[in-house]
Amino acid sequence: MRSLIDILELSVEELDELMNTADDIMAHPAKYSEVCHGKKLATLFFEPSTRTRLSFEAAMYELGGNVLGFSEAASSSASKGESVADTAKVVSCYADIIAMRHPKEGAPYVASINATVPVINGGDGGHNHPTQTLADLETIRHELGRLTDLTVGFCGDLKFGRTVHSLIAALSRYNGVKFVLISPVELRLPDYVRRDILVTNRVPYKETTDLEAVLPELDVLYMTRIQKERFFNEEEYLRLKDSYILTADKMKLAKEKMAVLHPLPRVNEISVAVDKDPRAAYFRQVLYAKYMRMALIMKLLDIAVEIDAKEEA
Amino acid sequence: MKIDSIKDGIVLDHIKAGRGMLIYQLLHLEELDCSVAILKNVPSKKMGKKDIIKIGDADLQLDFNAIGYVDPDITVNVIRNDVCVEKKHVALPEELENVIKCKNPRCITTTEQELPHIFRLADRHEGIYRCIYCDTKASRHL
Ligand SMILES: [Zn+2]
Repeated sequence: MRSLIDILELSVEELDELMNTADDIMAHPAKYSEVCHGKKLATLFFEPSTRTRLSFEAAMYELGGNVLGFSEAASSSASKGESVADTAKVVSCYADIIAMRHPKEGAPYVASINATVPVINGGDGGHNHPTQTLADLETIRHELGRLTDLTVGFCGDLKFGRTVHSLIAALSRYNGVKFVLISPVELRLPDYVRRDILVTNRVPYKETTDLEAVLPELDVLYMTRIQKERFFNEEEYLRLKDSYILTADKMKLAKEKMAVLHPLPRVNEISVAVDKDPRAAYFRQVLYAKYMRMALIMKLLDIAVEIDAKEEA
Repeated sequence: MKIDSIKDGIVLDHIKAGRGMLIYQLLHLEELDCSVAILKNVPSKKMGKKDIIKIGDADLQLDFNAIGYVDPDITVNVIRNDVCVEKKHVALPEELENVIKCKNPRCITTTEQELPHIFRLADRHEGIYRCIYCDTKASRHL
């Protein structure tokens, strides 16, 4: 019995296997529509995240399974003081697999060592959110056909964005990946990420404050939201925020074949006009996320389905 | 200064000078009924000066992981009937349970007090430990 708490628990081979399954589900959804018949997914959301919960639930339904759970701590036994460990033991009696989101870092790990069924981390505070990273990887691979030899730009809040840190860690394991880190100085990638991931693995990267200048180089542009409260003062925020907004005009500078990703929800960092651009992949990213969660649920439940050989061109 | 040599007991030797008291606290030696002596700044050929702790109970179960964490160079001698029957070198332990506490305010250990604080060695060369729950680093500079 295995769980998924941190994306780095999966080898590159396992990631490939999950992405192959996701591709096959997309191509042949009917083949998978009953593979989880009679199985139940418990979604234990100790903090609300409707988007992630719906994605897990849709994934399980599309595999023919059922879903039970709660979507905020107030409606769970946690409000009566039950520990995460006890909740995990109890829910293991009802469900075949658990997806857990919790505001405290490490809570899903505590659940995984106490549950008798697999636990998927659906986000624990600012710590891990491995299914988001699975979605990001599949988006890049599906849109561009590869995860090697890519120049990947990250733009916006690189300091607090956990999705950015996890994706950098995951992509650092592929050959020929270069990073371009685009952010205001105040929101630069933290030193420990730079040191522990980029320097340790000798991954080439550069830092800049100028999105337009580097846009022509990028194969992938991962946009993030810049939150006002991250700044010392309003003036600073207003001065900086516009330079990190992606517009249709700026997209003219980008390569013809590239992909724009965003973990969503977006506020105003990508103008709505960009949505029509075929390179805007952020809504398809939501779809890939669901397929990756389907592939993951199957893997953790040991459900194997023969994948059709890829039709080579 | 002369301290009686020990007949039956445990001697923690080669403690980095100045760290004796820290080891004393970490091993909760203040809770013991037997005799305990801390010797500070004892001249040492190898170390210049060192601290030594002598405990008058050879059967005491010590948390060697805690000792190794604070000072991996400490040697532990078990003495019975004036003879050193066991000499142990402690090293940086793989895992620490309830030796140090996680300082991350967002860590699950802050809300669930029953959870043991467990750290694992992430980098032996640098001596870096990480909380098994939230990955927060613990610095060995106590
Ligand atoms: Zn912790």
